[in-house]
Amino acid sequence: MSRSFFALLKRDLQLGWRQGNTSVMVVAFFIMAISLFPFGVGPEMTVLGRISAGVLWVALLFSAMLSLDRLFQADFEDGSLEQLTLSPTPLSAIVFAKCVAHWINTALPLIIATPIMSVLLNLPSNALPTMIIAMLIGSPALSFIGAVGAGLTVAIRRGGVLVSLLVLPLYIPSLIFGVSAVDGAINNIASGPSLLILAAISLFSMVIGPLAATAAIRLALE
Amino acid sequence: MLVGFVWGLYLIFFENYVDYQQRETVNIMYLHVPSAWMCMSAYALMAVASAVSLIWRHPLADLTAKATAPIGMAFTALALITGSLWGKPMWGTWWEWDGRMTSVLVLFFLYMGYIALWQAIDNFDKAAKAASILALVGVINLPIIKFSVEWWNTLHQPASFMRSGGMAVDWGLMGPMVAMLVAFNAYYVTVLLWRMKAELMERRLQAISMGMAAGR
Repeated sequence: MSRSFFALLKRDLQLGWRQGNTSVMVVAFFIMAISLFPFGVGPEMTVLGRISAGVLWVALLFSAMLSLDRLFQADFEDGSLEQLTLSPTPLSAIVFAKCVAHWINTALPLIIATPIMSVLLNLPSNALPTMIIAMLIGSPALSFIGAVGAGLTVAIRRGGVLVSLLVLPLYIPSLIFGVSAVDGAINNIASGPSLLILAAISLFSMVIGPLAATAAIRLALE
Repeated sequence: MLVGFVWGLYLIFFENYVDYQQRETVNIMYLHVPSAWMCMSAYALMAVASAVSLIWRHPLADLTAKATAPIGMAFTALALITGSLWGKPMWGTWWEWDGRMTSVLVLFFLYMGYIALWQAIDNFDKAAKAASILALVGVINLPIIKFSVEWWNTLHQPASFMRSGGMAVDWGLMGPMVAMLVAFNAYYVTVLLWRMKAELMERRLQAISMGMAAGR
């Protein structure tokens, strides 16, 4: 089981790199979305510094969400998803591997890009480590919850807008606690509790997400 | 349903119990609290029906869940609007991003996504299953709404009608509230049955027209 798990993980990572370079596009989107904010709210550094944590998190949410259609769509269209369901490896393990690959392909590059973007947004530098830790802990939930939305809409034509309707409400808790952890670091309040709740959300979604997504995929393939 | 409404409205407007601080605006409460209550119990019922439909595949459970969603969404909207109208004179603001309001707003979005998913899939059985999965995932939000007030301790007050010590307010407030709760529940059940009946008829109509199309 673990062999097929890692084989699938490797395949998805390679596909992500070779098919139109998902990571680069996601990072480009992240940077562009963030650089829209100074145009929108004005270039005042104090204002930008105050909203920077929220802006970074929202941009992370949107970037993760917009790449969700890559999670199952291509495999569904060329039939390999159907083949994967026939394998002796449980489908939920396969979905788990795909979620991990999605996280490495989208969230990880964004987290690496975050220090640069945080300078552009004037995030207080003492809050940067907390920001990175919060993103590392919190972003897996985005892939695993997103898998449910991606699974539910995989058979629907033009499911893109629908995915955002389904997934964004479920992303809100991660956003709230992600931002409150960073705010805690800015104001010198302990941000530990928020980080713990973020970790709880991620762990919880790692259990629920693959199970629900598996049910959704089986349904789509019926 | 009508009896409950008339009784409740009579108690509210004629046996008027006026709070010395809040004056007439307290009457908004009799719409706000029942609709907030209903929007959550409607979601709970929708989730239970979804679980029943996934586990036992009972066709009526699908219909119940589908018919509940728009009613629950309307109650959620009502709770948000009346809360906003009440918040302006009492708290001096239409809207505040505190825990309870935000999570009720999220509940509204969940209803919206649920209904959108139903509409996006043509095949009834497939749509029912997909929507059930979504409803069950979304049920996590219910405890968050219920306890948000205690956890975040922001503007919105915690539950003040029933506390662990029993009833916490005067009967003059409690009477109309009970009447309105009964009325809202009766209204919910009535509309739910109407919607389910309409849904059943629509499906039968579809089956008949399909049969006619196939027969030709």
